[in-house]
Amino acid sequence: MKKTYVIFKLIALAGMILIGCSEDENGPATDNFDRKAMLENWADHIIVPGYESYVSSLGELNAKAETFTTTPTLENLTSLKGAWLNSNLAWQKVAMFEIGKAEAITLINFTNIYPTNTEDLLKTIESGDYDLTSISKQDEQGFPAIEYLIYGVRDTDQAIVDLYAQEMVNHPYKIFLLDLTNRLETLAQSVLDDWKNGYRDTFVNNSGSEATSSVNKLVNDYIFYYEKHLRAGKIGIPAGVFTGTVAPEKVEGYYSGKSKELFMAGLDAMSAFFNGKSPDSNLAVEGEGLKTYLDFVQGINEGEDIGELINAQFDLAKTKAEALNDDFAQQIESDNMLMLEAYDELQKNVINMKVDMLQALNIRVDYVDADGD
Amino acid sequence: MTSIQTYINQTTKAAPLAVFRIFFGLMMFISIIRFWANGWIEKLYIEPTFFFSYYGFEWVKPLGDFTYVLFTLCGISALAVAVGFRYRIAIVIFFLSFTYIELMDKTTYLNHYYFVSVLSFLMIFLPAEKYFSWDAKKGGASELVPKWSIDSVKLLLGIVYFYAGLAKLNSDWLFRAMPLKIWLPGRYDIPILGDFLHQEWVIYAFSWGGALYDLTIPFLLLWKRSRLFAFVLVVVFHVLTRVLFPIGMFPYIMIVSALIFFDASVHEWIIRKISVVFNVISHLTSRQAGQVRNPIPLEKHYQSQERFLPSVEMTVEKEKESPKWKLTILAIFFTIQLLLPWRYLMYPGELFWTEEGFRFSWRVMLMEKAGYANFKIVDRTNNETFYIDNSDFLTSFQEKQMSFQPDFILDYAHYLRDHFAAQGKEVEVYVESYVALNGRRSQPYIDPSVDLANQKKSFKHKNWILPFKDEIKGI
Repeated sequence: MKKTYVIFKLIALAGMILIGCSEDENGPATDNFDRKAMLENWADHIIVPGYESYVSSLGELNAKAETFTTTPTLENLTSLKGAWLNSNLAWQKVAMFEIGKAEAITLINFTNIYPTNTEDLLKTIESGDYDLTSISKQDEQGFPAIEYLIYGVRDTDQAIVDLYAQEMVNHPYKIFLLDLTNRLETLAQSVLDDWKNGYRDTFVNNSGSEATSSVNKLVNDYIFYYEKHLRAGKIGIPAGVFTGTVAPEKVEGYYSGKSKELFMAGLDAMSAFFNGKSPDSNLAVEGEGLKTYLDFVQGINEGEDIGELINAQFDLAKTKAEALNDDFAQQIESDNMLMLEAYDELQKNVINMKVDMLQALNIRVDYVDADGD
Repeated sequence: MTSIQTYINQTTKAAPLAVFRIFFGLMMFISIIRFWANGWIEKLYIEPTFFFSYYGFEWVKPLGDFTYVLFTLCGISALAVAVGFRYRIAIVIFFLSFTYIELMDKTTYLNHYYFVSVLSFLMIFLPAEKYFSWDAKKGGASELVPKWSIDSVKLLLGIVYFYAGLAKLNSDWLFRAMPLKIWLPGRYDIPILGDFLHQEWVIYAFSWGGALYDLTIPFLLLWKRSRLFAFVLVVVFHVLTRVLFPIGMFPYIMIVSALIFFDASVHEWIIRKISVVFNVISHLTSRQAGQVRNPIPLEKHYQSQERFLPSVEMTVEKEKESPKWKLTILAIFFTIQLLLPWRYLMYPGELFWTEEGFRFSWRVMLMEKAGYANFKIVDRTNNETFYIDNSDFLTSFQEKQMSFQPDFILDYAHYLRDHFAAQGKEVEVYVESYVALNGRRSQPYIDPSVDLANQKKSFKHKNWILPFKDEIKGI
């Protein structure tokens, strides 16, 4: 029965190879694309620095909120508004990285759900009894809620200053405002701490190509953010793309009128990330990122230059968006066609990224790690 | 005619079929456990609100929480098949429950699952319980089975491989090395092999080697002199696919299935090993045990006989003549198997693009296709236009599968039509869609001016699929 033994040795060997392969982790070859280097670039030059400046901008926001609530003056309100805008702009640069701790605590849902529910928000303030960690309170906190409290709660700045000045130290508005700015900082800090205390290495070392690898997950998050938040949330939904009815009150930055500035910051951050760059860096050269990865696979499959197509489309979208009113709500009411045109340009990159890029990079779009054929 | 009659009456040792039954049942049992443990029942059959039905099988739907009962039934029947307990009932239940599961949502279609359904259907008509099984112990055991019963399994395996090989004879696979050029380079982190996977000659070698393997392996397994070599190839090939692709249980199923090509002596050896490990004795194996090396110690033999087989008399009955109806069914079955993959010839256009006649044809790992489908709703009452956020209705997996398969797109369009009809709206449904195939740049897929709400489901050619702007030559 020699033959039989051979057969079973083969099966045993096959089993050993399978087990060995799933656990082994070797350094990548030199003439290959290095996903790990890309992940390092993302983590060390884009994500962690992004959260650092976001957290520090929130420190500033907190300080300004403290100053304003202690001494409510027009001047202090203006500087609080400035700090709100700065920290919100810093947020736009990290909002797309909903992975790790940010994913676990659903950072985006507690940071930037708009429109804020002003009716509930006012009731919450009045009752003075609230739990901001509750899911039902997601649309009563974060940047949109703070914005309402410092831009929109009264008709004029003077009236807002008066509101915060009229009562004693324990004024519920003051407490609530400080609770909100504090909470933003606590949440952001916990995400940054996680990146600095181990998650960075976990992220970088998970450099495989399966559905749960860092590249697959972050690219899925990136496209999800682009589609749902940048394209739909900031432009499509208020422009009525999904309902047929315009909804100017649903724009981001409704009370501050800063919708375009916030949107452009997001768009710039997304195109910078695509090119492996931090939106704050002045580097002309691209880092290891999706663009270089696409260039690498294009060298193998001799297909079209998808990286160039996507960059060109980012530029077209930027051009369209720059022509819009600083306040998208006004733009929608005066000429919604321009909003829809900007949406169309954004939409084209959904196809470029979700279809062409994912196919070229062999990244699975579904999160279900099901079997293939 | 006489030669056919002679063939039908030929018998052969039953051991290969028994071993096949045991391994198949076990593999299926493990597959069900794995499916469950991965949380896929919940994700694929409980969570979605809408399911894509096969045309004509719209009545097959997940059963809510009873879906777990269905899987339990399927798993238990697989185990019963393995031990040969009430085999005939068990395999019928397995076939029905497994096939029901596969019919619940075509999103999860895999050739492997179709293979399991087809194979389990075939097994209903095979006397796989005649030897080394619970049923055999209770009587009706037979050392011999009709030769055609084992040959039919070989034939089915042969069809699967050979047709998979034929399907690879196209210009994308052979001359563009697609889709392997997309799939392989990303796996550079595999030890040793990884360093080569981005090199063009390696990718082409995989393409051509894969096609050659599929086309020749049935014959290499059939021919006694090349059989061992062929089995080495089977193991190497399937291990490679397992390492390179997220392919689940299939490689293991194919490796153990290929054992059926070996002589009965190999299977009798396997059965003896199983007997020793599980301390069970079948009359048939114990009788042979005296004739071969490594006999089971006599003492142990009696002990186990006492424990497991107290009083049943050995009944080796000669297999009766195979009933005609059985053979007729199998003849029809194999005719369908041989013809079905060619049905694509009745449709115009590029098969990979339209996917009309693509499924159920052993077209395995042939293409990398991705799409994007943006549905536009026009409300007839007020002419308002708006777009659908697919994630409101579909899971990401469903959306992905829907976006490049025309029958899914139509099903979904009808679902949207009915969804808005329930709200009292009369709507037209249009889709703006793009599909990329085997590394080509994405191009428009469905005619955006066609109201899909008005298109009927059928097996006819869907003339609202836009033409493919390239050519793929071959089968």
